[in-house]
Amino acid sequence: MKNLIKLLTIVSVFFCFFLNSAYADPKKIGFIYIGPPGDHGWTYQHDQGRKHMMSQLGGAVESTYLENIPENADAVRAIRKLASSGHDLIFTTSFNYMDQTLEVAKEFPNIKFEHATGYMRADNVSTYGGRFYEGRVIEGHLAGWLTKTNTIGYIPIPEVIRGINAFYLAASKVNPKIKIKIIWAFTWYDPGKEADAANTLINQGADIIVQHTDTFAPCQAAEKAGVLAFGQASDQSHFCPNAHLTAIVDDWGPYYTQRAQDLVNGNWTSGDTWGGLDSGMVAMAPYNNKIIPAPIIQEVINMEIALKDGSMHAFEGPIYNQAGELVVPEGQVADDGMLLGMNFYVQGIDGDIPQ
Amino acid sequence: MNIDLILGIINIILIATTPLVFAAIGELVTEKTGVLNLGVEGMMLVGAVTAFVTLVITGSYFLAFLFSIISGLIISGLFAFLVLILMSNQVATGLALTIFGIGLSSMIGKEYIGTPINGLNPYFFIVLSFVIVFATSYFFYKTKMGLIFRAVGESHLSAHALGYSVIKIRLLAILFGGAMCALSGSYMSICYAPMWQENMTAGRGWIALALVVFATWKPNRILIGAYIFGGVSIMQMNLQAFGFSIPGQFFNMAPYLATMIVLVSISSNKLRIKLSSPSSLTKPFFKGR
Repeated sequence: MKNLIKLLTIVSVFFCFFLNSAYADPKKIGFIYIGPPGDHGWTYQHDQGRKHMMSQLGGAVESTYLENIPENADAVRAIRKLASSGHDLIFTTSFNYMDQTLEVAKEFPNIKFEHATGYMRADNVSTYGGRFYEGRVIEGHLAGWLTKTNTIGYIPIPEVIRGINAFYLAASKVNPKIKIKIIWAFTWYDPGKEADAANTLINQGADIIVQHTDTFAPCQAAEKAGVLAFGQASDQSHFCPNAHLTAIVDDWGPYYTQRAQDLVNGNWTSGDTWGGLDSGMVAMAPYNNKIIPAPIIQEVINMEIALKDGSMHAFEGPIYNQAGELVVPEGQVADDGMLLGMNFYVQGIDGDIPQ
Repeated sequence: MNIDLILGIINIILIATTPLVFAAIGELVTEKTGVLNLGVEGMMLVGAVTAFVTLVITGSYFLAFLFSIISGLIISGLFAFLVLILMSNQVATGLALTIFGIGLSSMIGKEYIGTPINGLNPYFFIVLSFVIVFATSYFFYKTKMGLIFRAVGESHLSAHALGYSVIKIRLLAILFGGAMCALSGSYMSICYAPMWQENMTAGRGWIALALVVFATWKPNRILIGAYIFGGVSIMQMNLQAFGFSIPGQFFNMAPYLATMIVLVSISSNKLRIKLSSPSSLTKPFFKGR
């Protein structure tokens, strides 16, 4: 009898525990977006990540997002609004939310924050980002093979020097005569201006357009002018089917799911994640087999595998900067510290980095 | 430098400047009759989204531009009702119109973001923009009706005393401004960057407003100002691609800087202000007095 009571107690305790966890309040997870989720670029991919997380974790989490939040004092207001309305984990998905995220995180020590592409952390602030430059290696390789005018047009925003260098190193390996023409857009988002920049580059002889801005305007301009282009952040092939070679796709879903799961399980800790092709955070959109010859597709698929298993690196020495100084010696690869602080062009790229 | 390259640059400048010309000439006509409408950006966005959505649904370019212009007439008609009949403050109402336009266009266009369309050849609209500017200039300085429009802007009380309907004339000018802004927006979403994206005009409405001041309210100077601004921004891209490094931020602020210089120079003496800007600008007209 005594044993039976003991057993019943244990069972009921377990049962209560089970009930408790089953009916626990779902964790609330907030997202701050820089653009509209429908931009088919950067924000779109973050929203896809959020949806993936929701589908994986079901009732254990709830999510909210605030869109079109400018990277200024307004962001503080937006982040604080999420923090003070019962959210347990908040993802701020653009680089220039860094100070604002840390400011609000200090006020709410019990709430967890995750800042995309940043480098400043705190006990309750993690950072995460993708090694997009690995995708640039593949794009550079393709561009090196496919250009006829040996001229590539590149439309970047500052912060992406790494991508330009990785692209050029890979492209010049295949095609030493290659030239990159760069037009800085100084905006993430202005379809008209992005189209102007693409048209200017095409007019100056570029036959492949690479972009780092947020909309598909450059790809569309390339399609119209009959030249080639790479999509950005998301597979943009249906906007420019005859120009689109491939695109670097940001896949945040598995990371968001993992972090939300950690939060639910109570083992979320602050840290930094910089995931490349191997983690799946960076992936390549389908290669356009109408334009790219099959052997080259096979080559880049092999490159993807090599980048994943580490037998190939985007920045393998010897690498020289524009002044001709050796920055990465032969037989070595650039370490993460150098990659994060990279503010020089490699030898062979013309022009200066805007300050 | 070969001739193809130069022709290519001119082509890009023409394509990029045309939306500024449409919006600025519309606003100029409105301001000439003494009404300041700061809602240019909002009206452009509503025009852009209406044209895009109409094109996606009906597939007709003609209907797209027609409905876009109608949407511009409706939204500027709303503005006219507020400032002419209800006598609300023009500056505040115009700003509200811009904010309203941004929100409304995002809401209408939500389902259509990223829908691919075939862009329309822009050359007809480039020619049209020149024709409208010259016609406006002719209207203001060579016709009697134009003189009446200007009189309403200079002194609405005198015009009223002479028996002209100030409200009716201002309504016409506001509607024309709305239609031109909508046309500018639809040109952007159908010819220039054929897509719909929230807030895709990216501040061009404000540049158009600055251009009206830059042009000191003279229609032909709108063309000069717009092509200086458009040309400078395209040339800096070309210089960058040729490998010269120029601070692009400078060119982003250039239109506003130039406007400030013109403002300072025209306001440096009282006579110049009187000669340049319509004297009744932003002043409400009360019929009873």
